Amino acid sequence: MKIKDKLGFLNINNSLYQTRISSKFKNRVKYQPADPKLILSFIPGTVVEIFVSQGQKVKKGELLLILDAMKMQNRLKCPMDGKIKSIVTTKGDRVSKGALLIELE
Amino acid sequence: MAVGKKILELQKKREKVLLGGGEQAIEKQKAMGKRTARERIMALLDDNSFNEYDMFVEHVGRDFDMEKKSLPSDGVIIGTGTIYGAPVAVFAQDFTVAGGSLGLMHSRKITKIMDHALKMRMPLIGINDSGGARIQEGVNSLAGYGEIFFRNTISSGVIPQLSVILGPCAGGAVYSPALTDFVFVVDNISKMFITGPEVIKTVLGEEISMEDLGGARIHSEVTGNAHFFSLSEEECFEQIKKLITFIPWNNSKKARMFEPAEPLAKYNISTIVPEDPTLPYDVKDVIRAVVDNSDFFEIMELYARNIVIGFGRMGGRTTGFVANQPMEMAGVLDVDSSDKAARFIRYCDAFNVPIITLVDLPGYLPGVDQEHAGVIRHGAKLLYAYSEATVPKLTVILRKAYGGGYIAMSSRHLRADFVFAWPSAEIAVMGPEGAANIIFRKEITSAEDPDAMRKQKVEEYKAKFANPYVAASRGYVDAVIEPSETRRILMHSIEVSENKDVPMPHKKHGLPPF
Repeated sequence: MKIKDKLGFLNINNSLYQTRISSKFKNRVKYQPADPKLILSFIPGTVVEIFVSQGQKVKKGELLLILDAMKMQNRLKCPMDGKIKSIVTTKGDRVSKGALLIELE
Repeated sequence: MAVGKKILELQKKREKVLLGGGEQAIEKQKAMGKRTARERIMALLDDNSFNEYDMFVEHVGRDFDMEKKSLPSDGVIIGTGTIYGAPVAVFAQDFTVAGGSLGLMHSRKITKIMDHALKMRMPLIGINDSGGARIQEGVNSLAGYGEIFFRNTISSGVIPQLSVILGPCAGGAVYSPALTDFVFVVDNISKMFITGPEVIKTVLGEEISMEDLGGARIHSEVTGNAHFFSLSEEECFEQIKKLITFIPWNNSKKARMFEPAEPLAKYNISTIVPEDPTLPYDVKDVIRAVVDNSDFFEIMELYARNIVIGFGRMGGRTTGFVANQPMEMAGVLDVDSSDKAARFIRYCDAFNVPIITLVDLPGYLPGVDQEHAGVIRHGAKLLYAYSEATVPKLTVILRKAYGGGYIAMSSRHLRADFVFAWPSAEIAVMGPEGAANIIFRKEITSAEDPDAMRKQKVEEYKAKFANPYVAASRGYVDAVIEPSETRRILMHSIEVSENKDVPMPHKKHGLPPF
């Protein structure tokens, strides 16, 4: 039977079920806890201004950059006290959702 | 003769209108593999049954030089006809006329036939093929959409509403189909989205083709917006006609009775389901083994395949089937399958179709993505839909029925009228492996050979609970039946439920979790 070849196993409550695994399940994004040191774009958009530079000390609440998206100038602020480890983006960059912009240390 | 001349004049006027947007536009339509609006209606309805209305309606655009243009029938054909003798109201957008764009009179024609369908309590079929709002008519075209959505909503649950997407259907226009009962799409022809590839590219910088964004396959497999997928308009019309035979004309009627017929001999119900509860099989074969002629008409075949829904006939009566599919994702319940089944159950309940539920599931799908996607809220839809439904509800537990899944799948506790179980049924809080690990944790961990002890305890648990008799001893299961008795007993149950009447507390409406 050709269907048999496509079967995999799914574990539900310690029992292994022989079954076809959906592509949605196979392609699901593995969960990763949020890292406050990574400043990501929460929406696709364009970086229009960067206010900090590498190595600079920053305070919680300090303005890091402006991300233009859906006709809104979104102000991304620093979530914690720290230092700018690296700036991954440059002014004018068009970034997708979840893209890394700035790394703190 | 004066009258003869006038008749000639009418015939000429008709001829002109019947050309729609003209020969060139028709050629272009055909080049895309599409039929014209009137051809589609003719292909769908019984021969010579179509009567067209508002043929001579013209658009009322008076800005941007629109007053100089003539748009025959204003880009939409409306009328009534029959499908296998059943009355239906139809509208079909004519893409050859101004791209089937929706202006004020175009929308008035649609709402006229919608009002008619509701008043006459007959099914409404809408064929969508339109570039969207007619920009030149401004807010009048927005008003038109709003009037259509309102009528879709008010007619919902009173008359069957079918949407057929045979071309683009973009922007606000998609919400009319989304509000109707069944959406039909055709590969390479149907395109549905709120914002198209162009907008997505300019705003977000993401590039995607129309087909990948909102083509027929995407809506059938990924979004769940479409219920019937086909490869050609012809196949699509056959699906529509078949569906019409299964559903009643309105919510005060039952579906037409057909001549009862035995299932085909090749579906041997006693040999389909393997004894080992972890082994897969195709639950559609079980359905085919009990329905008349083994004719099962599946709905949303490509979406959330871990649950199967569709219509069949039992002794000539239309019956809705909901079944876990062990072959796909072990038949688990999850966000998508709960949503899919719940909506179908509500459809059956609104249109007097008894529901047969076939149960074989290990429980809910574990995972962060499921929890974060709201499996609590979506899973609750299934409980709500089953509890609320007052049509006859029959349940057959084929094999596993574990935990919350057992409750959700039309259990006695949600007021199933008849609950049957096969001897292979295992009705328990969870599978033996999981249960033994919890109940006998101490014995297992403190044993000299924990693995051997676990095996022993799993066997103990299996012997005690992995059967239908504990549930039967409490009356949660009405009868333990042999697979070969299933069809006869289900037919009998439907027969004796013919006059089911359940009083419900008065309310304006409930609050299902959507």
